[in-house]
Amino acid sequence: MTNSANGETKTLSDQAQDLTAYDHQLLKVEDLHLYYSTTSGVLRAVEGVSLELSRSQSLAILGESGCGKSSLSRALLRVLPRNVHTYRGRVFLNGSDVMKLSDERFRRQVRWVKASMVPQAAINSLNPVVRVGFQVAEPLLINHRTKKEEAFERAREVFRLVGVPVDFLERYPFELSGGMRQRAIIAMALITNPHLIILDEPTSALDVLTQANIMNTLKRIKKELNLNYILITHDIATSSELADEVACMYAGQIVEQSSADRFYREPLHPYSYKLMSSVPTLRDEKKPDYISGQPPSLLNPPRGCRYGDRCHKKFERCEEEPPLFTHGDGTVRCWLYERS
Amino acid sequence: MSQENVLQEHTLQEDTLQENVLTVKELRTWFELKRFGLLHAGYVRALDGVNFELKPGETVTIVGESGSGKTTLLRTLLGLAHPTGGNIHFDGKNLDSRSKDLSWLHSQVGFVQQDPYGALPPFMSVRNILKEPLIINKVDPQEHEERIRQVLDEVRLIPVEDLLHKFPHMLSGGQQQRLVIARAIVLNPRLLVADEPVSMLDASMRVEILELLRKIQQNYQMAVIFITHDLSSVRYFSERVFIMYAAKIVEQTDVNSVVHNPLHPYTEKLLNAISDPDPENTEKYKDVPPGEPPSLINPPPGCRFHPRCTQTIKELCDVEEPPDFEPDPGHFVQCWLYK
Repeated sequence: MTNSANGETKTLSDQAQDLTAYDHQLLKVEDLHLYYSTTSGVLRAVEGVSLELSRSQSLAILGESGCGKSSLSRALLRVLPRNVHTYRGRVFLNGSDVMKLSDERFRRQVRWVKASMVPQAAINSLNPVVRVGFQVAEPLLINHRTKKEEAFERAREVFRLVGVPVDFLERYPFELSGGMRQRAIIAMALITNPHLIILDEPTSALDVLTQANIMNTLKRIKKELNLNYILITHDIATSSELADEVACMYAGQIVEQSSADRFYREPLHPYSYKLMSSVPTLRDEKKPDYISGQPPSLLNPPRGCRYGDRCHKKFERCEEEPPLFTHGDGTVRCWLYERS
Repeated sequence: MSQENVLQEHTLQEDTLQENVLTVKELRTWFELKRFGLLHAGYVRALDGVNFELKPGETVTIVGESGSGKTTLLRTLLGLAHPTGGNIHFDGKNLDSRSKDLSWLHSQVGFVQQDPYGALPPFMSVRNILKEPLIINKVDPQEHEERIRQVLDEVRLIPVEDLLHKFPHMLSGGQQQRLVIARAIVLNPRLLVADEPVSMLDASMRVEILELLRKIQQNYQMAVIFITHDLSSVRYFSERVFIMYAAKIVEQTDVNSVVHNPLHPYTEKLLNAISDPDPENTEKYKDVPPGEPPSLINPPPGCRFHPRCTQTIKELCDVEEPPDFEPDPGHFVQCWLYK
């Protein structure tokens, strides 16, 4: 892409480089859309999202509630509610376009095989009347038709990995504390040995100490198994514990994707800048700021830049919808970064 | 001691009681556990010996994990839970939560709930929501309208005219929380208690609401008790911090010394666990104490943190409960290290 932008023709060696780049790439999302039909109209939860994620990298998707970050995670794993209006785009996982697969083949080949998910409010996603061990082993028993003994042996393995005592396999969810339940859910996502785990607000309902504990575990697992995470969260401070790359979402679109180094130090988009400065910090003497106003309705998003009404750097150009501009190693959806 | 002396001491105590908005002494709230609805099966010691004082116009934040008793403390102060022991003096008056008439207390204390949507009646308009406390507390009906408009303006729910007829579901999360705050201050209370007032709001909005609360507190010269588990935001909006662990206040101090000079090992660990947005975090592991907070039905003997503490003193920490020590003036800590 950068080659064609510079107006050069591709040479053979460039193509070879492209191929190796392809190998390094775990996930590539192009122009993903997910609209819901509601009684008051079409809700554009995810609109034209493009993402790239290299191997052994983790991506944090940040945004406020209602910006479409959970819908994006659902769209990636095709866990869709009934009222889907539009669902299109291309998602390449390990180089193959998984959007072309039928639902049944997607279930057999992708979901919980190549990529799994830790859902939001994971604490409540365990079945209260089934023993934890069975629930954790279930993906193997059902998707992979593994023998029962083998599946439970594997369950014991992942329990050890996430730091839950093995005898908890025999317990019911109510006998586990919040932190332990969260670990059990992470074990469930790990059991099939996926390349990618989508963590949707994995620690938002937990106490500070438990949160730090789970983050430690996630970091250790990432190093040991060479995993990729997509961390979806509104908690900017804790997201920095896992993120190598950061994408910031606003009103259904990704407004900035940068490396963690850049994003946490000097975010590009005015929204990411304000969002970062609204985070109260414990160790710096900086006074937090806030963004006045409301995010726009996704039923009828405004013309032009969606952040325009709340932006402190608005100018005439913002009446038009900005495309994604490349800036350094990142991309940003803002006219301020247009190269003349 | 002569009788005169005792009398003098008594009046002295009365004076400090009068001065403080709130004086809490050895407060205990235990909930009885029953088996089969009849048999006594022990107590959940949700609050176990809590002492503190609150002066007019002072802001205090209570920080603790879930299950540390912070909500029980709040409920006990509001007269919603009955204390098992100890006493609470509000404005010099003893609070007996079992007495039938607590309206004198409720008109003096405003309550900001955690979940704004759950706290607002869905079938009442903004005007009626704000009018209800005025009616209950027999404020002159002619003053209602003016007071309602005044508080709406104060919490920046503007334009007031457009909002008076709206119902809670028509408001955004931030506006709902503002309405809850407006309802809490409509009677001009002496004390405002807020149970995690911003935990349900988006990050970009939190600071705005906290600043609003701060401004209202200064305008009204109200005493405020905040409950939170987010230590990093506390810093900008309160003067004193209480750290709660397993039904006790283990450290009481002002905000700056809790951040820069935490004394209790638990406070230290709690501060370590909080992340600041920094890309270097991915390379570091957090220093987190092992285990989980103890059960409040059967708390460990001695200091409640000793099973998880790295600086345990044998045959002291695990035997005797630490009292409040004051290593620096105004900085109280329940830890034997500061004997």
